[in-house]
Amino acid sequence: MNSAAFVIIAIVTLTGALAAATLPKLIHAALCLVVAFVGLAAFFFLLGAEFVGLVQVFVYIGAVAVLIVFTILLTKRDADKPDKFNWGGVIVAIAVFGGLLWAILHTPSVAITAAQIPPLTIKQIGDVLMTNYVWPLQCVGLLLTAALIGALVLVMEEKQ
Amino acid sequence: MTPTLQLFLIISAALFGIGLLAALSRRHAIFILIGIELMLAAANLNFVAFWRFGPEPQTPTGVMVAIFSIAIAAAEAAVGLALVIAVYRHYRTTNVDRFNQLKG
Repeated sequence: MNSAAFVIIAIVTLTGALAAATLPKLIHAALCLVVAFVGLAAFFFLLGAEFVGLVQVFVYIGAVAVLIVFTILLTKRDADKPDKFNWGGVIVAIAVFGGLLWAILHTPSVAITAAQIPPLTIKQIGDVLMTNYVWPLQCVGLLLTAALIGALVLVMEEKQ
Repeated sequence: MTPTLQLFLIISAALFGIGLLAALSRRHAIFILIGIELMLAAANLNFVAFWRFGPEPQTPTGVMVAIFSIAIAAAEAAVGLALVIAVYRHYRTTNVDRFNQLKG
């Protein structure tokens, strides 16, 4: 694993995420979220999980980010107003991050480097998905159908 | 020096903190959804990192959990944004402080 690539990807991801969380205008935040998701996909590639990286790009950037931009356009009257910032949330977020950091730095068993492994192929993932994980796969299919119907029912215009 | 599991966990904790910051400190409903998406993405990074650094990287357990988690996050985003649109139709705002009709 390349450490220079790690540093660059980490800077891009964290900058994008921080901009998405703090920028006052919603549309800028949504576009910065795309940058953060690209960085996360690069992390998955760095970790040798290319398929998850591709799924991340397809689902998060192709669907979720576009959906967020559409919602911003549909609620446009409100999206242009600058947002009030609540500093209590900042304190809680910093406290949670500090607690996690303390736990990570005080666990000696996580200071390990990765072993060399043969690359994970799509064929392997497909085999496992159709044998060990076939019930979770069906459940996710059912969940996505329910979410699709639920989203449609929620946004349908009420008849007067 | 190659990156250790510790560094990935720190990046993931930072992403989770940023997501929590967005979810707690912004008053706009879409910002709260963005924060939840960031927190879910941080959890995915943890799953894949633990799989890669773990004792059995030959069986793709962490990868499968990450894929299912992405699918569930997509469903959550679709329903959440539909809720934002439905609430916006009713209240003409997406500021969560204004949704106080049930407040006693």
